[in-house]
Amino acid sequence: MVSWLPWPVIRERNFVKEHFIFVGKQAVRMVLLVFFVSLAAFVLVSVSPLDPLQANVGQAALGSMSQEQIAKLQTYWGVDEPPVERFLAWAGDFFRGDMGLSLLYRQPVAKVIGVKLANSLWLMAIAWILSGAVGFVLGILAGLREGSLLDKVIKGYSLLIASTPAFWLALVLLMIFAVWLKVLPIGLSVPIGVEAAGVTVADRIQHAILPAITLSITGIANITLHTREKMVEIMESDYVLFARARGESTFSIVKNHVLRNVLLPALTLQFAAISEIFGGSVLVEQTFSYPGLGQAAVTAGLGSDVPLLLGITVISALFVFGGNLIANILYGVIDPRIRRGGAGA
Amino acid sequence: MKHLNGRMAAVFLFGLAVLFLAAVTAAGWGFEEEALVTDFSRKNLEPCGQYLFGTDWLGRDMFIRTLTGLSMSIRIGLLAAGVSSVLALILGTLAATMGKTVDGVITWLIDLVMGIPHILLLILISYALGKGFKGVVIGVALTHWTSLARVIRGEVLQLKEALFIRTAQKLGATKFEIVWKHMLPHLFPQFLVGLILTFPHAILHEASITFLGFGLPPEQPAIGIILSESMKYLAMGRWWLALFPGLLLVFTVVLFDVAGESLRRLLDPGSAHR
Repeated sequence: MVSWLPWPVIRERNFVKEHFIFVGKQAVRMVLLVFFVSLAAFVLVSVSPLDPLQANVGQAALGSMSQEQIAKLQTYWGVDEPPVERFLAWAGDFFRGDMGLSLLYRQPVAKVIGVKLANSLWLMAIAWILSGAVGFVLGILAGLREGSLLDKVIKGYSLLIASTPAFWLALVLLMIFAVWLKVLPIGLSVPIGVEAAGVTVADRIQHAILPAITLSITGIANITLHTREKMVEIMESDYVLFARARGESTFSIVKNHVLRNVLLPALTLQFAAISEIFGGSVLVEQTFSYPGLGQAAVTAGLGSDVPLLLGITVISALFVFGGNLIANILYGVIDPRIRRGGAGA
Repeated sequence: MKHLNGRMAAVFLFGLAVLFLAAVTAAGWGFEEEALVTDFSRKNLEPCGQYLFGTDWLGRDMFIRTLTGLSMSIRIGLLAAGVSSVLALILGTLAATMGKTVDGVITWLIDLVMGIPHILLLILISYALGKGFKGVVIGVALTHWTSLARVIRGEVLQLKEALFIRTAQKLGATKFEIVWKHMLPHLFPQFLVGLILTFPHAILHEASITFLGFGLPPEQPAIGIILSESMKYLAMGRWWLALFPGLLLVFTVVLFDVAGESLRRLLDPGSAHR
């Protein structure tokens, strides 16, 4: 095309376009993955030898029932249909927004999940933001002064927290703040014996403090260690050395040269950590008897409430993959090559 | 420890950690009978010289129960971490050497397993296998291979470009020979460190899933059972039922981490001079 030039022309890469294609591919991949997650989950609950009738009605009661009654119950719990038909029917309905009926709560699964998710969501959101922000700052502080006392304390703390099960931490905090100091309630999301209308926002906040703190503390370790590692690496780089030689202060080095480079991997990690927070919330909610999604998952699993268990699995997978997708999109917002590509090229 | 250099300190830490863990495992194994002994003349005792961790509402010695529970957890962790690491080694190597299709399928599988929150996946697997002992062991063993598989896959992809591998290819070695003779020795350090660093996760997940009521049966003195029982007595001020077993669990997990990290330092040629 322009071959008369004496030098080879390198076509400028269009980072914006490349990024859009990349994100599009990821989105398609995410939809497929959610489908496969639901399939895998369905296969798992289908091969289960657990009989929902045994679990919820009990051997003694079953023995005293007539054949017709048992058949009726079998239809209710869906034991008599072949698995493939069940999956197709379930997935089809799910796609249309009908997640089926929760067998334990006797309400539509969508409604149960909606109520529980609302309880869990702000708990998880607080923990996610708090652990991300605190972990990031701690990681930067530790990485700035590698080998100092502060670094050792932060690193030791992170390693210790990474080795602590969330539910035990919850128990210890309960022991200190609810049983010993008696400053915070011992469980649930609202006070006992108060009408739904009488529950104030202050009540709700008070009941969410301990679970949120527990979740935040356990979430900090990973992001701190990761940020610290990255920080150490960057502080040893040539461009930081050069900035130092130019006489920039540590603060301006961090602000101008380091922050963005550390922020990118940290954000990716934090979005990938949604899965961890979800898992942690199962344990923490169970310990605090906090009526959220995690506790519903445990109840559903123990009580053989298959539609609810499947619904929660798919919803949580949506969150996990959604988090990954957002991380991919954010890459474009923060990475200057992609951001400036639109204006420059 | 002033006169110990970095490597000697690492050897020392590694040895100490392994020794302690072996001792706990053996002690717990030996005390299995005593852990079930109930004695109502010594109910609800606070920690004292004779009963280090106190006793519970049935007069069972909490120290012995904790040791037995930890021993059980460590053994399950060993089994699960072993199975998971071998799985990771096989799948990671296959993904990197068997071409695009296999690679795609395995990467896809990794994403799939990572897409379901870990605890939820364990609940599902435990449910699929009818709960109980089998469900925990298989669940924990089948879910911890993903990140190590990714590491191994990356490592093998790099190795494939190495001169000695390409020479072996030119000399007519089959794929299997190359992997077996030339790649595995290179992967071994990575594999060993990955194996040891999988323990802590396996143990914590076993305790968690048992705590939620999906794992080991309630009559088993498992650490998850102990802690979930202690929850009922927390409000009555029986703090020792939850505090000490948990502390020992955290200590055990930290030790595994220490062992893994010191081994990593020992095997990493970059830190040989320290």
